[in-house]
Amino acid sequence: MIKVAARRALRTPSVPASPFPYHPGSLLSILDLSVEDVSRLLERSTGLEKEDPLKRDRILAKRRIALLFYESSTRTRTSFELAAKALGADTTLVSNLSSSIEKGESLKDTGLTLRALGAEAIILRHNSSGSPWLLEQSTHLPVLNAGDGMHEHPTQALLDLRTILNHFDPKTRTCHFERVERGRASGRVEAEDSPWRGSAVPIKADTLAGLTVTIVGDILHSRVARSNMLLLPRLGARVLLCGPKELLPEIAAQACPGIPPQQQKPAAGDPGVAIERDFEAAMRQSQAIMMLRIQAERLAGLQLDLDEYKARYQLTGQRLAAHAPNAIVMHPGPIIRGMEITAGVADGPQSTILEQVTHGLAIRMAVMERALAATHGGRA
Amino acid sequence: MTTLAIRNGHLVDPAAGVDAAKDILLKDGRVAEIAGPGKLKQAQGAEILDATGLILAPGLIDIHVHLREPGQGYKETIATGTAAAAAGGFTAVAAMPNTTPVNDSTEITRWMQAPERGAQVRVFPIAAATRGSKGESINDFAALKSAGAVAVTDDGRPILKDGVMRESLAAAARVGLTVIQHAEDTRLTQGASMNLGPASFKLGLRGMPPEAESGLVERDIRLVAELRDAHPHLHVAHTSTAAAVAAVRQARRNGLRVTCEVAPHHFLLTEEHVGLYNTHAKMNPPLRSAADRDAMIEGILDGVVDAIATDHAPHAQHEKEVEFEQAPNGITGLETALGLCLRWLHREWKMPLGRVLGLLSAQPAALLNLKGRGTLTVGSYADVVIFDPKAEWTYRATESKSKAKNTPFDGWIMQGRVRWTISEGRVAFANPA
Repeated sequence: MIKVAARRALRTPSVPASPFPYHPGSLLSILDLSVEDVSRLLERSTGLEKEDPLKRDRILAKRRIALLFYESSTRTRTSFELAAKALGADTTLVSNLSSSIEKGESLKDTGLTLRALGAEAIILRHNSSGSPWLLEQSTHLPVLNAGDGMHEHPTQALLDLRTILNHFDPKTRTCHFERVERGRASGRVEAEDSPWRGSAVPIKADTLAGLTVTIVGDILHSRVARSNMLLLPRLGARVLLCGPKELLPEIAAQACPGIPPQQQKPAAGDPGVAIERDFEAAMRQSQAIMMLRIQAERLAGLQLDLDEYKARYQLTGQRLAAHAPNAIVMHPGPIIRGMEITAGVADGPQSTILEQVTHGLAIRMAVMERALAATHGGRA
Repeated sequence: MTTLAIRNGHLVDPAAGVDAAKDILLKDGRVAEIAGPGKLKQAQGAEILDATGLILAPGLIDIHVHLREPGQGYKETIATGTAAAAAGGFTAVAAMPNTTPVNDSTEITRWMQAPERGAQVRVFPIAAATRGSKGESINDFAALKSAGAVAVTDDGRPILKDGVMRESLAAAARVGLTVIQHAEDTRLTQGASMNLGPASFKLGLRGMPPEAESGLVERDIRLVAELRDAHPHLHVAHTSTAAAVAAVRQARRNGLRVTCEVAPHHFLLTEEHVGLYNTHAKMNPPLRSAADRDAMIEGILDGVVDAIATDHAPHAQHEKEVEFEQAPNGITGLETALGLCLRWLHREWKMPLGRVLGLLSAQPAALLNLKGRGTLTVGSYADVVIFDPKAEWTYRATESKSKAKNTPFDGWIMQGRVRWTISEGRVAFANPA
């Protein structure tokens, strides 16, 4: 394969397609999953959620899963841990603040040490983009990316998809937020509650056709945004990115591998990724609105006028009622009340924020089952 | 010192306008005689080296290498770095001053050239332009030059302050030295680890905008223009952006003495080669867009680019086996430059062999005023590379003479196999067929 340089039509060295093979159980990027893989995982997430806890407990009984966390986390860590335990696995948590990482031990050596202690899979949260690839290459174990720097957070995209499917009516191509209320009233989201949920039908490339999801805020620093924009359009959805130039560079919309170029400037109703800087205009087109936190820890000296930001991008009750009275409001957390979202909206009937957390458990059970099921299959 | 007669080879010496079958006699470290095949008159008793089917050319000269001594011998030493140079056909290298401590003194400049370092080929130190390469106060260029420095630079750390850069250019011009600038406005590249563009967004890495390079090149050219009457020579190191090459082209049209070099990775690879966080594709300046890469090729072919230089930057294995953002910048280059230039510039893009070799010897020698090098005429240094132009081979990093193996070209097909490298009359590398 040879590419052609433009001006003199010169042949130039080709770019290697895949630098190295990795473990079939690994989940490093949401792009590792085909649409069929996504469908299977969602199906299993529901299967595992419904499973008798005593039987479920034997699925990964005594298997060893290590959680390696270089960044603080509430939701992701607890959710992976509880999901592993629900399947009967033994978990161990290593965090950068209470381990030899503080003494200068490298990621490679930490991974090798965990493997020597019998870890069969490692769940990695790391502040540096791409670190799961390094860990995978070093240990040859299945690695689950629980968020790497500004890069990806694939299980978040899966749980967001599950949340969307829980509210999406394929007949009317709209989301119904009433389901949130019902779910909350019963204390948890029951599978029976969602006749259209992903588990009910296989997910296909047009499952989300007609759906527009707006992701708002600090796209530049968000791994959640990247994973979602790499997943949802492959299922037929249109993703609108919304935010100021400092947090949403123009190149964002061109950075979606796996999406055909003709889909990169989608018209309403077509799948793809596009930028819409006018929040209210984006809201009016959306059935789901995903709010993001401004990642103060990653701003790297960038000065933002927060009052101006709030004036343009804060999701208030007034805005929601005026421009998207029927959309679901999502947020990967942690939320900063009064910053990107008001307390009223976060606690309001359209919010799926806590439901997303609950879906995380089911999704993480499914990806861990996949990780360890593939262990004996050898490397891809 | 032995007398060596190289016979039956084909001499390509662009500076001398020679492209013909010639025998050469090397004696006492110099070229003693050049004659037609079998016509050497003073070859009695000389050791004979049979170069049938091979090209003889002036030894290659790399004006941008990091030999890591003093202070970072675990990455590379002058001995191992120059052994890699010899294996790559280089007979002279210019060593950058970002050592530990920084080479900003006549003592270190002399230390680097001392016989105890075990250099396999000639080492020309490039001294720091400012004290400790901190960009504040300039060094004594006259003293550094008399100690053997061939240029000044704060490589790796650009000289950002206008006043300091202006003073460096003026002071260097007074003593006949070149100021080499690593053009990077570091105010625009904080925390960045690759080129800014769709690829960096996709990988979630902070990016270096191309303007960080071209902006500083433009600033430097303005200063050279202001100092026009003093005739300063600015050399732009490892040029990587279309805008920087365009700025150099324009400066030359305006009659300014501004030169530039390009590294093989910048005319071959793009940001896409970073792939999935390959730290062997991490360097500074970073791999750029395809349009920038194409502009490097264009600049080489149309003659704006004055030299190919490798920016040989060895690092220990453990330093590159880390998170991409934490990995140090740089790749090795001495053993792959000729093979890549012949494979791509010559064979693929049809640049005449003499011009390719000129970019690797005569032009860099002229650029840094290395007298008696970069050409093979009677009396010049006996610096010769002898290579098989037809041989195709696969580069294996594990077989490198360098201490370091950090290269993106591991497993690449190379064209042209170095058979002998002769540095000042001594065989520094031999790999006969």
